[in-house]
Amino acid sequence: MNMLSTFWTTVPITLQIVIQILAIVLPLSLAVAYLTLAERKVIGYIQARIGPNRVGPRGWLQPIADGIKLLMKEVIIPSGASRALFIIGPILSLAPALIAWAVIPFDNTLVLADINAGLLYIMAVTSMGVYGVIIAGWASNSKYAFLGAMRCAAQIVSYEIAMGFALVGVLLAAGSLNLGDIVRAQTGSLAHWFWLPLLPLFLIYFIAGVAETNRAPFDVAEGESEIVAGFHVEYSGMTFAVFFLAEYANMILVSALAALMFLGGWLSPFQGIPLLQGLFAWVPGIVWLLLKISVLLFLFLWFRATFPRYRYDQIMRLGWKVFIPITIVWLLAVGVAVLYKLPWWFD
Amino acid sequence: MKTIINYIKSLFLWELLKGLKLTGSYLFGKKITVQYPEEKTPMSPRFRGLHALRRYPNGEERCIACKLCEAVCPAACITIESEQRADGTRRTTRYDIDLFKCIYCGFCEESCPVDAIVETRIFEYHFEQRGDNIITKDKLLEIGDRNEKQIAADRATDARFR
Repeated sequence: MNMLSTFWTTVPITLQIVIQILAIVLPLSLAVAYLTLAERKVIGYIQARIGPNRVGPRGWLQPIADGIKLLMKEVIIPSGASRALFIIGPILSLAPALIAWAVIPFDNTLVLADINAGLLYIMAVTSMGVYGVIIAGWASNSKYAFLGAMRCAAQIVSYEIAMGFALVGVLLAAGSLNLGDIVRAQTGSLAHWFWLPLLPLFLIYFIAGVAETNRAPFDVAEGESEIVAGFHVEYSGMTFAVFFLAEYANMILVSALAALMFLGGWLSPFQGIPLLQGLFAWVPGIVWLLLKISVLLFLFLWFRATFPRYRYDQIMRLGWKVFIPITIVWLLAVGVAVLYKLPWWFD
Repeated sequence: MKTIINYIKSLFLWELLKGLKLTGSYLFGKKITVQYPEEKTPMSPRFRGLHALRRYPNGEERCIACKLCEAVCPAACITIESEQRADGTRRTTRYDIDLFKCIYCGFCEESCPVDAIVETRIFEYHFEQRGDNIITKDKLLEIGDRNEKQIAADRATDARFR
């Protein structure tokens, strides 16, 4: 171990960073691939089917087969499309979903960029994702794609506000924008995590997260039963696959952020319980974080299998007339609680 | 009062949680998928699949070229030509069914006075050449010969409902 760390310091710094980036992005791509399989399996099970089970043992190779198929397919660029923007669209939607992972702490020390404006960085970067969708919808030169892009833009702008307010609540409670510090502020026990004092904000953050990632029941941007496939109707092959990569990477990102900010990140849920605390002390923090992310991701799939798509005006009503007022009221409540150092959480 | 309760219920996502509970229970429920090539669903004796022409036990073909099936066929997919044989009976010289046109309604089978044209349980077949979709009298008779046992058994089970 000692030898390994001395060897690590001899590696040039640029190479070190590249290796660290790869250590995040490669498992993430694998997670995205298997999230698609998990989605098909979970939705299948909920619909009393068994889902894909033909490719490889129990269907384990299905995502690989899907990937190869999409790689082999021709990328068709419509003659009326704006070529450069048509290609930039999917890239611009995937890139923010990946670069946001730079500030995600996987453990007390395990983080690529431990910057103090972590939360701000995440807000800034994830907001860029919508441009990919809008550019794709516009560059396709198709009315369905354009409609999808317009819907997506309006929806994401609306929910960004509620989401931003929910994050303001978190930074009020934690007193820091550094994601590591936010998790450390939740140390104590399961009841110390922010999901309890910030319950409305947690729910709103997660629902807004579902809306931000354009997932059912907020998938009007895609709306396959109304506007064919929405913004990616003209995309095929690898450009289409990149959109899906972005969608699933965003799902994982939103789940990771919710786990970090409201569910105590890498902290063990048995902390503070006398016997269990010692019993599970050997489990590394990253395992708890991944478990929490998985549970939240399962919720995403469960929602998709359960809820029908919201009507467009209902989405707008929910965002503007329900979520934003509730978050503002709860922000005041949190502010008062922090000001008077409400015991247990904010003392 | 009721509106207040409803308001609180909707605020706490009551209906949505009920929906999640229902779908969640299906997650662990029994799966009804039939693994097709290995498993198959039960099939009725009245199943209407690929056509066949039958023969009498003595080997004489049943079809007497009355052309009722040709007339009743709503898709007009049957083409029949006939002539008188040396023994004075009338038989078909041509009996073609275009399987691309056929809608598998079973009218031909019902209209046949001698139970000659029937639809069998065969539904897993394909064509590899252009023109293979038109099955001729020889092929129909051959299908009938090959599956006569099953065809006869199916007619027998269904006989008391006719």
